Amino acid sequence: MTPASTGAARRSTRWPARRSTRRSARRSVPSGVPPWVVAVAVLGSTFVLLPLVALASRVDWADFGALVTSDSSVAALGLSLRTSVTATMFCVVLGVPMAVVLARTEFWGQQVLRSLVLLPLVLPPVVGGIALLYTFGRRGLLGQTFETLGVTIAFSTTAVVLAQTFVALPFLVLSLEGALRTVGTRYEAVAATLGARPTTVLRRVTLPLVLPALVSGAVLSFARALGEFGATLTFAGSLQGVTRTLPLEIYLQRETDPDAAVALSLVLVVVAIVVVALAHQAGRSTGLATRRRGS
Amino acid sequence: MTLEFSAVLEARGFDVELTVAEGETVAVLGPNGAGKSTLLALLAGLVRPDRGTARLGERVLFDVDGRGRGPALRPHERGVSMLAQDALLFPHLSALDNVAFGPRSAGVSRREADRHAGDWLDRVDATALADRRPAQLSGGQAQRIAVARALAADPDLLLLDEPMAALDVSVAPALRRTLRDVLADRTAVVVTHDVLDAFTLADRVVVLEAGRVVDSGPTRAVLERPTTPFAAGLAALDLLVGTATADGVRLDGGGDVTGRGADGVTVGARAAVAVRPGLVRVVPRAHDGVDRPSGPNVLASTVVDLEPRGDLVRVRGAGLSADVPPAVVAALDLSPGAPVWFSFAPDDAVAYAL
Repeated sequence: MTPASTGAARRSTRWPARRSTRRSARRSVPSGVPPWVVAVAVLGSTFVLLPLVALASRVDWADFGALVTSDSSVAALGLSLRTSVTATMFCVVLGVPMAVVLARTEFWGQQVLRSLVLLPLVLPPVVGGIALLYTFGRRGLLGQTFETLGVTIAFSTTAVVLAQTFVALPFLVLSLEGALRTVGTRYEAVAATLGARPTTVLRRVTLPLVLPALVSGAVLSFARALGEFGATLTFAGSLQGVTRTLPLEIYLQRETDPDAAVALSLVLVVVAIVVVALAHQAGRSTGLATRRRGS
Repeated sequence: MTLEFSAVLEARGFDVELTVAEGETVAVLGPNGAGKSTLLALLAGLVRPDRGTARLGERVLFDVDGRGRGPALRPHERGVSMLAQDALLFPHLSALDNVAFGPRSAGVSRREADRHAGDWLDRVDATALADRRPAQLSGGQAQRIAVARALAADPDLLLLDEPMAALDVSVAPALRRTLRDVLADRTAVVVTHDVLDAFTLADRVVVLEAGRVVDSGPTRAVLERPTTPFAAGLAALDLLVGTATADGVRLDGGGDVTGRGADGVTVGARAAVAVRPGLVRVVPRAHDGVDRPSGPNVLASTVVDLEPRGDLVRVRGAGLSADVPPAVVAALDLSPGAPVWFSFAPDDAVAYAL
């Protein structure tokens, strides 16, 4: 998100006077930035954007429609969206309490726990997949119990969701914990002295205050889940319509039908851009908390 | 409801006992770090004492024994509302929803809570602001709505933490009037730096210093007969401390002074004389002291500094100060380090036991 630009745009409707000061402030910024920094920044941006241009230039536009609407492509895209949305919901349901506990309580070993919880962020996804396999796999730690109950997790769509949740959860926890610390506990203390129970405080004060961070954290989690590859392949395999998500499909197609891989990659890029745009929109409509912190 | 409070918090050197009668407003005065905020945090339930008990009416707020064990109600169970320096209105709620927050949290229906909130907005003259978001309110408006919000929760005890400190001097009087009206029959504790707040809002003051109560009593008594330099400073009085003699007070720093009421103090007891700096005269002093003005209540001193105060200059000496017109300062050629005589009429000063 770019708080400065959206902040100014948001204000413009109600506080036209402030927009001008904001604009002039922004205009004055480049004078303080050394030219070589701008040059390196341009280089960096090019490095990020050029591959996307290269990708788009290789798309076989004539057959694009046919390539992305083939049975396997549609199945992979549908599966990816379904599993990623589900994984994002798991991230929110599990991640909000985790962030609240990490930000609002103190207990022995908290620092260590925080580091461990954020481990999937730095762990190679393949390693995560193997770890999940030894947990939920047929002969894994919990897998055996599930097996006796007649539930097989590994190499199922459930496994895809678990893998995605595993790698995406830290994004939500991280962004939400930071926001909770920034907001502080003063509003919560006031709410409590007004007679609000802890659950009421969480629902009516804490979460509304950090809603923008929650939304952006959820979007980051969704994006991470959508791009998940290593852990999914290791833990869930690559079964068309069941566990073969879009990234897996792209990797597979790359060897047999490069044009299809390129076309699907572009679809993934477009989905990513749409997600970012939606997140922006959501952040814009989530009340005053953003506006106040932006100012 | 009557509040009976007694708590110790070792880490902050806090050891205070306090009673607030039903419907009484007590002002807590004290220098920074005296423990005023700790007192409020303990009452609100935001900090747990090492030991102590507190009772609000029949409700036991906490009852912690010497080993730190015992029950303590959580903040939302206490019936204690807090109004801080900053309004701290919830930024995502309208003014009306902010005020309705307390009733809603108590389980009142939305319509009933809104009606109640509307009544309170009316009482603080903020009906027109009901639909505004906090970001659209001025500091004074926000604080008025915070007052309504705190009271709409119908607290048994209201805590105010320097409610006027963050406001412009131009809007403080209006809020002070509002507070005076709403506090009239409420049990409340007001932490303040402002002696005007103490006079207008409180029935009684308690002076805290270094975590202990050093003075307490009816507002007028404490501020007209201060027993600590801090209270004397608040009341803008010069405080001279010593031991009572037959006709006055022999000061610890040397010299004899007297004032009204001196004959009522037991000889040999600790006693003080208070006088307004505006009633103290100052004249230059020769080094040999031969120019000592005649009469009682004359003290030799040295000018420590000069501080302009409106159309007068406060000449601060060791132990005593005098407010004199700038022309006099110039005519007497006063500057820091200059030897002076301070004097005041016995009828202008008050003497009392400590």
